[in-house]
Amino acid sequence: MTDPGHTAIGTAPRRSLIDTLEIDVRLLGMLMAFAAVAVVFTIWTGGTFVGPRNVFNIAVQTVPVGIMACGMVFVIVARHIDLSVGSMLAMCSAVLAMGQTTWLPTMFGTSYGNPAILAATVVIGLTFGTLMGAVTGWLVGYQKIPSFIVTLGGLFVWRNVNWFTTNGQSVSLTDPNLLMFGGTEGVLGASASWVLGLVASGLAVWGIIASRRNKLRHGFMVKPVWAEAMMAGLIVGAILLFVGWLSRYPVPPAKLKRLFEARGEVMPEGYTAMHGLPISVLILIAVAVVMTVVARKTTFGRYIFAMGGNPDATDLAGINTRALTVKIFALMGFLCALAALVAQARLQSHGNDIGMLEELRVIAAAVIGGTALAGGVGTIYGAILGALIMQSLQSGMAMVGVDTPFQNIVVGLVLIIAVWVDILYRKRLGLSK
Amino acid sequence: MINRTVNRTGTPLVEMRDISISFGGIKAVDHVSIDLYPGEVVGLLGHNGAGKSTLIKCLSGAYQKDAGHILINGQEVEISNPRDARAQNIETIYQTLALADNLDAASNLFLGREIKRNGIVDDAKMEAEARKIMGRLNPNFRKFNVPVSALSGGQRQSVAIARAVYFNAKILIMDEPTAALGPHETQMVAELIQELKAQGLGIFLIEHDIHNVMKLCDRASVMKNGQLVGTVNVNEVTDDDILGMIIMGKQPAKAA
Repeated sequence: MTDPGHTAIGTAPRRSLIDTLEIDVRLLGMLMAFAAVAVVFTIWTGGTFVGPRNVFNIAVQTVPVGIMACGMVFVIVARHIDLSVGSMLAMCSAVLAMGQTTWLPTMFGTSYGNPAILAATVVIGLTFGTLMGAVTGWLVGYQKIPSFIVTLGGLFVWRNVNWFTTNGQSVSLTDPNLLMFGGTEGVLGASASWVLGLVASGLAVWGIIASRRNKLRHGFMVKPVWAEAMMAGLIVGAILLFVGWLSRYPVPPAKLKRLFEARGEVMPEGYTAMHGLPISVLILIAVAVVMTVVARKTTFGRYIFAMGGNPDATDLAGINTRALTVKIFALMGFLCALAALVAQARLQSHGNDIGMLEELRVIAAAVIGGTALAGGVGTIYGAILGALIMQSLQSGMAMVGVDTPFQNIVVGLVLIIAVWVDILYRKRLGLSK
Repeated sequence: MINRTVNRTGTPLVEMRDISISFGGIKAVDHVSIDLYPGEVVGLLGHNGAGKSTLIKCLSGAYQKDAGHILINGQEVEISNPRDARAQNIETIYQTLALADNLDAASNLFLGREIKRNGIVDDAKMEAEARKIMGRLNPNFRKFNVPVSALSGGQRQSVAIARAVYFNAKILIMDEPTAALGPHETQMVAELIQELKAQGLGIFLIEHDIHNVMKLCDRASVMKNGQLVGTVNVNEVTDDDILGMIIMGKQPAKAA
């Protein structure tokens, strides 16, 4: 079984900076694309593009697609597709909207805006989303109907069950507790954001140290200490820059005044407050972190990737791939419900067209982020970067006055170019023919 | 030549009695009985489509038999999926190797049986264990941090073998283990088979190459059209006898 011809992977005496830092080249490429978009629009808009206000808006607008893209990575990695996520979002949003405004208040005889009702609605909505996904997963996993067909059907079905759920009417949502999940109505403020930023930085550094210790315990090669320190520095720097930037976005004085009046107080002269981190963005970050851990550090994630690499081998390894399929789609459904919560809170209403065409953006985000439609390959951070790149492009084009049709043309072209570049890159590296 | 003094007085390690399985009316395996003793290598021979792989997949849990009994150490067992087979210390090296190409060697080795620490998979520990076993099987193996798609045929084979050997198999199924290998690697597999045999494992070897059968197997069971032609002691027959069984379905003059 020896194969002397293929053993040369030893350490070259001189390695490039990127190799030493062990940065994923694909991640680097996406970051550079993102940076390029940012630089171009910053110059074009005379700096407004990177202003705290616009950064805040882009971050908030990215959240629903970003949340769903995390689930879509798992779905696509497992060699499936989910075309129904936009409709599932709408359906979950309808259940959430009707639940909090009509169903539960009628059932318990309370008025709209009761926190307990909202909490119950959220639980019901998330459960409903999970069940919708599980049904898809059962049809795909156990009944062997191709996921393309099941979810294409789901796209039509859920969009229109949604219509019947609300009788085709928009539902206005005003509960301040709900609106907290949206954007400007739910922010931490500067101090709390800084505290959270510092805690997150501390956790990131601790994570790097713990991973290094584990490798050393088994006698594996580790990066030089300066390389680890540099990575830690970059991560901490990025976290604090983001927090600091959003903490420079002031809440409009008129709104502050209104808030004080609502509490029966008078706003002190010269009082100011900053937005800081929006709760919706924290939800996206939490989802991304949890999903990354699931992908890399749990058997569930490992099996999803194994199934994408070789479904038969995964079966033969004694893994129940049918049940796994149900779990993957159930998770996707759960994330659609979570995205629905954020989307309706930001729009402050549930409309029939909520989440319309979102499935395409979600799939595009995952694919721009390096998820291979053939399965087996994909990262959570890539999908979120993909969503961020698309949102930045749209936001930037809207700011400089590009017409909507042309915006969509650009996004479509970017999708194709991103995959094209990836194919060329893989060819050059000899990863595929 | 290998030691062919297998003690067949006790209980067989594996007994497959009267196994039948059909696919859409076609009897792929038709009332076939074979057995295997500890420290023995039994070759399974026959044309493509003779039913040998199908028969053996009933033992590895990939297929479910329609009728018949499987006994391990004299105890009847029910094997309805690969997990059941693994629980009986039955390990299989498939012809396709059954590796997830996008995962590295350690992830493949432990697929379905990951080492965990506090509920999360312990990659460092698994890689350390993979390095240990590969150090024994294929000391030149170095590519622990790349997907197995980047490995050569021989290296992939050694990952598949390591997976079967690592978990203390008592019964090993090898489906044409040397089909894709060069002469040197084939020799390594032959040596490994003899080492495992000496440790008291029972091995079912699906093999097309008569030369390998004569060299490696104690007994040979020949199948044709889903039925068992017969089982012979390899040292009592010639390779022409076995070829006759495979091609004509004819028992040799002096069958075991």
